[in-house]
Amino acid sequence: MRIALFITCFNDTMFPDTGKAVVSLLERLGHTVEFPQAQACCGQMHFNTGYRPETLPMVRRFADVFAQGEYDAVVAPSGSCVGMVRDYHRVVAEQYGDSALVEQVEAVTPKVYELSELLVDVLGVTDVGAHFPHRVTYHPTCHSLRMLRVGDRPLQLLRAVSGIDLVELPAADSCCGFGGTFALKNADTSNAMLADKMRAVLDTRADVLTAGDNSCLMHIGGGLNRLRTGVGTRHLAEILASTEGTTGP
Amino acid sequence: MTDSNNVVWLGAPSFPDAAREALADTQLRTNLRKATGTIRDKRLAVTAELDDWEQLRTAGKALKRRTLRHLDHHLVRLEEAVTKAGGQVHWAADAAEANRIVTALVKATGQTEVVKVKSMVTQEIALNEALAEEGVSAYETDLAELIVQLGDDRPSHILVPAIHRNRAEIRDIFRREMGKWGRPAPEGLTDRPRDLAEAARLHLREKFLRAKVAVSGANFAAADTGTVGVVESEGNGRMCLTLPETLITVMGIEKVLPSFEDLEVFLQLLPRSSTGERMNPYTSMWTGTTEGDGPQDFHLVLLDNGRTATLKDTVGRQALACIRCSACLNVCPVYERTGGHAYGSVYPGPIGAVLTPQLVGVEHAESLPFASTLCGACYDACPVKINIPEVLVHLRAEVVEAKRAKGRVPTPEALVMKAAASVLSSPVKLSAVQRLAHPAARLVSRRGTIGNLPGPLGRWTRTRDTAVPPKESLRAWWRRTRGGREGSK
Repeated sequence: MRIALFITCFNDTMFPDTGKAVVSLLERLGHTVEFPQAQACCGQMHFNTGYRPETLPMVRRFADVFAQGEYDAVVAPSGSCVGMVRDYHRVVAEQYGDSALVEQVEAVTPKVYELSELLVDVLGVTDVGAHFPHRVTYHPTCHSLRMLRVGDRPLQLLRAVSGIDLVELPAADSCCGFGGTFALKNADTSNAMLADKMRAVLDTRADVLTAGDNSCLMHIGGGLNRLRTGVGTRHLAEILASTEGTTGP
Repeated sequence: MTDSNNVVWLGAPSFPDAAREALADTQLRTNLRKATGTIRDKRLAVTAELDDWEQLRTAGKALKRRTLRHLDHHLVRLEEAVTKAGGQVHWAADAAEANRIVTALVKATGQTEVVKVKSMVTQEIALNEALAEEGVSAYETDLAELIVQLGDDRPSHILVPAIHRNRAEIRDIFRREMGKWGRPAPEGLTDRPRDLAEAARLHLREKFLRAKVAVSGANFAAADTGTVGVVESEGNGRMCLTLPETLITVMGIEKVLPSFEDLEVFLQLLPRSSTGERMNPYTSMWTGTTEGDGPQDFHLVLLDNGRTATLKDTVGRQALACIRCSACLNVCPVYERTGGHAYGSVYPGPIGAVLTPQLVGVEHAESLPFASTLCGACYDACPVKINIPEVLVHLRAEVVEAKRAKGRVPTPEALVMKAAASVLSSPVKLSAVQRLAHPAARLVSRRGTIGNLPGPLGRWTRTRDTAVPPKESLRAWWRRTRGGREGSK
């Protein structure tokens, strides 16, 4: 398949290793990955903070860029950004755009998948041939869980990883407290939620916390790092891309 | 805040400030975690028992939304049916008018006290305070509401108003305050639930037997029969609904249902979602008056108080479908940490965050739509499928637009958002910022992580480290290693 990578502005800038992992994973599975250079951001931060007119150029760019190439699918290693595209690009296009944009958004959106959706539903694979010999716990990020309903797809993928010691995270479906600008606007509440999430992670005695969103991982990982817990964070894509002889936790 | 609308507490601090205070109260957090956790588990168990739970939710949603679209029609039918059954219907545009109507009705009976069935809508209009100003004492008879009233406190949960209190606190309140309102607490009262319940029973019985006038809210009203209903767990409501001579019911106009048969859906949805029970212990229904049985005077006050304004908003109006079960509060991670008082509103939690700003106007409750991480747990729990996250982001846009319309000078946030939008919609500018990010971050980092930052970002770095952005962004890596392909734009 020809698959376009939508890296998301946040992964692009802060966590390029996640994008490299998606590329190497999909190529290992025999697919062609394209990276349209004209891509930018899905607009989620602006939309969720209430700045809707400002979101329009981002929605327009996304639709333009991914409507252009002949891609079988567009993949993003972020449940949160895919949720924005799927649920709200149409809302922005209808409210501030024109009918041409609405049509374009409707044409592009069904091709956009979060990584675990693409692997399990479209490519029909759960064993991606990965090797990751570490104790790992998985945090199902809220947008993957409730906007996209990825369900146990990430866990199906993780269970098939050789050498992994996958342990269940207590109260896994509780929000970590990141919530984009929520972490700044309601810093105290966010910290209280983070504290509970960190306690749950430490209870698992895992070496690595994984998730399908680097934003949540940066929030939880930042807290774990500040407390010098020694627990690392790793995006799901990076675990799935790991093979024998590649990087440690 | 206008004088005629009491949904938001006068002088309430913004959510982040109120939350900070609540978060510092470790007893409160323990009480909340225990209580919400218990109800949450019970609800999951009893909803899982029904094979058709999802269909029931869909039916509840459809019924409510269809009724709201033709609300005027159903309300007129309700008025006709209630009048025909011997009741009197009054229309109130706002809290002040509703309070004037109820006060006049009580005074016409010559009484100076009323017993009350637990009701959110009378909290909303601050009826007790309005009655007190006119020399009428209103006695709350729901156990938790009694605890709140005796403690000179505010309810912090829709269903469990005293959720923030534990047994020892309740014992102290009873010992200290009961005597001032009526029969004092028994000597040597302990904090055993049984003893506390008995103290409340004795205290309340005196009032039930004396009262000539009762005031209630309504969970539902059927337009075809004129039947009004209240569901409850203790039976104290039924005492109020049957013993007094006069019954005054205040009801938000969104509570009407087209027909009596519709109750089939809601009487399944409500108890399972709210208390996690298959059925609530007491369901009281009355249709007008019946000679020689129950109250001989029945008044139904239909309250607008911002509801028709809410109805105009095609996205926001779904909040009016709320049946006040409080399932969204019990699953909300923000509510679980802060409790209800932080919302500064009669309606706390996720539903309060979407209902309150609409009832009072977003400019009077502008921190509430932001009091959520948009995790979506509330939407999953809602028995009538109100898409609370959708309404939250919708109202956030309204808050920003209201500020934009008002302020000649843009807020610092608006400036940041404008600058960010310009960068994030342009790959060229984004690349440029990415190239600068690494060296800039290096200046404030130590050993590869960023510790404490100044300004608003300090709120982030107070408890978390931040990684230094790497030297090379993904797009730069792609250009370097696979340059040319897809590089034309």
